[in-house]
Amino acid sequence: MAASLHIAGIRKVFGKGDKAVEILKKIEIDVAPGEFLILVGPSGCGKSTLLNIIAGLEEPTEGELKIAGKNVIGMAPAQRDIAMVFQSYALYPTMSVADNIGFALEMRKVPLEVRQKRIKEVAAMLQIEHLLDRRPAQLSGGQRQRVAMGRALARDPQLFLFDEPLSNLDAKLRVEMRAEIKRLHQISGITTVYVTHDQIEAMTLGSRIAVMKDGILQQIGTPDEIYRAPANTYVAGFIGSPTMNFITGQASGTRATGQFFFEGGALQLPCPAQGAVTLGQRPEHIHLSDDAAWRGEVTLVEPTGADTYVVVKTGVGLVTVRTPPSTVVKVGDQVGMTVSAHHNNWFDAQTGLRLG
Amino acid sequence: MNAKNLSRLGVYAVLGIAAFFFLAPLYVMLATSFKDAEQIRSGNLLSLPNGLNFESWTLAWSTACTGVDCRGLKPYFMNSVLMAVPAVLISTAWGALNGYVLSMWKFKGSDVLFGFILFGVFMPFQVVLLPMSQVLGFMGLSSSIAGLVLVHCLAGMASTTLFFRNYYTAIPRELVNAARMDGAGFWRIFYRIVIPMSTPILMVTLIWQFTNIWNDFLFGVAFSGADSKPITVGLNNMANTTSSVKSYNVDMAAAIIAGLPTMLVYVLAGQYFVKGLTAGAVKG
Repeated sequence: MAASLHIAGIRKVFGKGDKAVEILKKIEIDVAPGEFLILVGPSGCGKSTLLNIIAGLEEPTEGELKIAGKNVIGMAPAQRDIAMVFQSYALYPTMSVADNIGFALEMRKVPLEVRQKRIKEVAAMLQIEHLLDRRPAQLSGGQRQRVAMGRALARDPQLFLFDEPLSNLDAKLRVEMRAEIKRLHQISGITTVYVTHDQIEAMTLGSRIAVMKDGILQQIGTPDEIYRAPANTYVAGFIGSPTMNFITGQASGTRATGQFFFEGGALQLPCPAQGAVTLGQRPEHIHLSDDAAWRGEVTLVEPTGADTYVVVKTGVGLVTVRTPPSTVVKVGDQVGMTVSAHHNNWFDAQTGLRLG
Repeated sequence: MNAKNLSRLGVYAVLGIAAFFFLAPLYVMLATSFKDAEQIRSGNLLSLPNGLNFESWTLAWSTACTGVDCRGLKPYFMNSVLMAVPAVLISTAWGALNGYVLSMWKFKGSDVLFGFILFGVFMPFQVVLLPMSQVLGFMGLSSSIAGLVLVHCLAGMASTTLFFRNYYTAIPRELVNAARMDGAGFWRIFYRIVIPMSTPILMVTLIWQFTNIWNDFLFGVAFSGADSKPITVGLNNMANTTSSVKSYNVDMAAAIIAGLPTMLVYVLAGQYFVKGLTAGAVKG
């Protein structure tokens, strides 16, 4: 049963008077039924606070919050029909895995037989049937993660909340569980809000991503929109790895005959504005070219297998270029770089906001 | 012999001296309690008894005289049991509940309140003797075992609260939040999630409270009546009853009887005591 989520004008202020800190500033998000929304941002951006407000563990200072069209402000967490997976998993250490999964059902007075049947179903879905009699302390990190998800799945809630669920796992397991979460969402179709600070998780899991910083929603959109057309330099720099290159300079001329001058180089590019602007260019959209006018010195070569990243020192600082692994460059080489007129991201040099 | 063995020897020597220091009085008490009056008079304090003579034990338990009352320690022992068992259970449960609220359901001013409760840990109990006796008088509990239970619950609440509060602070908040989302309320979280995790601190508190309450003399002597004296007061009165001959063997047996329950509690629950004192963060 998928439900919609409506977040309007949510503010959260901690403290009073001079010491008041505004953690969330007028957050507006609408989540369609069945959607997988990612809340992403650096530590302290307010994403976890927002998740706690949706869960009912904290109350907003002001604002509106509706689940399936029903106002839930002031409602206890248990009455909101939400399940949450916590960063530390928060499994009950003195209960068996089966009891952990069945606890929410027990609290809702579901009869024992129904409960046991449901626990078996969920365990089968997560491939943890053989662990049902164990205690959480006897499980590995990945198994605990599965149990935590099983506990959330067991009662078939209207809304799933995940609070950085993969941050305690090692790299390999993280990729595995990421796929598992995606699979479970596809099977269950339950509306999900997922908090993370990891932009790769955000890109791979989300049907939409909400990027937050300092309690302000910076941009919300599909992974593709966020990646291809970031709303400001912050989003542009946060999403994508290696991070986008920023080149600040002066733009002049009209669209067709646009010129972009900057420290140590110039590019012939159409810019939507004149004057001080910042060009944001992803590493894959800069190319090495021997006879290019814009030149620099190679300071680092990072082969990753599929690609090789070449870091070039230029007049505007370090520029990262993605090249095929066959590229032959070494540290100290002088290289030229070209930028095509496609995939350019232009930002106002002062405000950092997207132009055009 | 190398330096390592030498230092090891030093450690054992220090431990041996410490053990002797603490065990010697126990030995003297045990040995004396098994001797008869003749042997005590003639023999050495440290000499072994001639045999296992339990006469002074039965005397101390059931027929030794305190003044004109010759019922032994038995009635006092019973008083102590009737006092200590409810007082230990109530003060421990009370501390657990306080600690649960003060660590997991913080409210405005809860930390200040905890600070005030801490005063109770450091407060010398002599200062409350007079006001407490008035309160007991108002409540009609003067000179009764129920009154002593109340006094011990109040006096012990501060330290039991401290124990539980500090232990529960180490339990991750997410655990409570998870239970709230699962639909458990205040009490359900307490007895389904929190209490089952409390075994070590529960043991520490039970031992601590039992030892304090069983061994208490101050409240016992101040607030008890003729029929509600705890064993510490009974022992003192019995040992101080003057008769022609001082029966050291009976006094020693009586003192051991008075101390047996606390020793028993340590033996039964002692392993948890150390665990509880060293227990760090609770790992899920």
